[in-house]
Amino acid sequence: MSASIEKVSIVISKGSIDGIYPGLIMANGARAEGIDANLFFTFFGLDAIHKKRQRSIKIATVGNPGLHLPTWLGGVPGISAAMTKYMNTKMAKLDIPSVPAFVEMISDTGAGLYGCQASVDLFGFTKDDFVEQVDSIITVGEFYDISAGGQIIFT
Amino acid sequence: MATKTVAGRSVEVTDEGFFESPESWTEAMVPELAREEGIDELTEKHWMVIRFMRQEFQQKGSGPTVRALGKTSGVSVKELYQLFPKGPAKVAAKVAGIPKPRGCI
Repeated sequence: MSASIEKVSIVISKGSIDGIYPGLIMANGARAEGIDANLFFTFFGLDAIHKKRQRSIKIATVGNPGLHLPTWLGGVPGISAAMTKYMNTKMAKLDIPSVPAFVEMISDTGAGLYGCQASVDLFGFTKDDFVEQVDSIITVGEFYDISAGGQIIFT
Repeated sequence: MATKTVAGRSVEVTDEGFFESPESWTEAMVPELAREEGIDELTEKHWMVIRFMRQEFQQKGSGPTVRALGKTSGVSVKELYQLFPKGPAKVAAKVAGIPKPRGCI
């Protein structure tokens, strides 16, 4: 057999639907393959594990050419909410879990979930602002310690 | 593709160790297949998952992913990973003699 990946540490740095899901799917998929996985939430990525924010993750309709919407339309009030609802409905049909359910499931797979200390300080959060599945708030140095011997993936 | 002997019978497996033909699998092969995956003691829960994988494969033509297993097998995701630490759907499929489940979630 050729070389295999034994461990991954995935950084989620953005707070939009398309910023959060790829990292969650990669972490969950890693565990399903028997690969050790850690998730590290930094900057707006912290919203994915924030008790009050993880249920209202949105998709950006401004400055997001991937949506193929006319620029003027993206900023119209209600468009972001409508696109978010559309995406969530589509994902639910494919049995892709909501962000809170996904975070819980990934924790159940045995993956480690960590928040970034610098970002937590920057936004004035505390450990209590985050869901119980979060193992701890760690520094960048601790992140590298935890990631030792594996691959680091930034999303 | 490769050939190996399980419980005294010769079977064809993929490079990853999944059965080429699920029909050649028997329950008598399970203890040996499980041992190869690092599972020395098969509990009732292990059997429950293995039989469920088989049943799903026979009904749908493919094995369930971990998420589907957690929702429908009666064993939680947390427990599934305790039973099969190297990946519940993947390892249980191998032990159950069915192809590797495909699916991203």
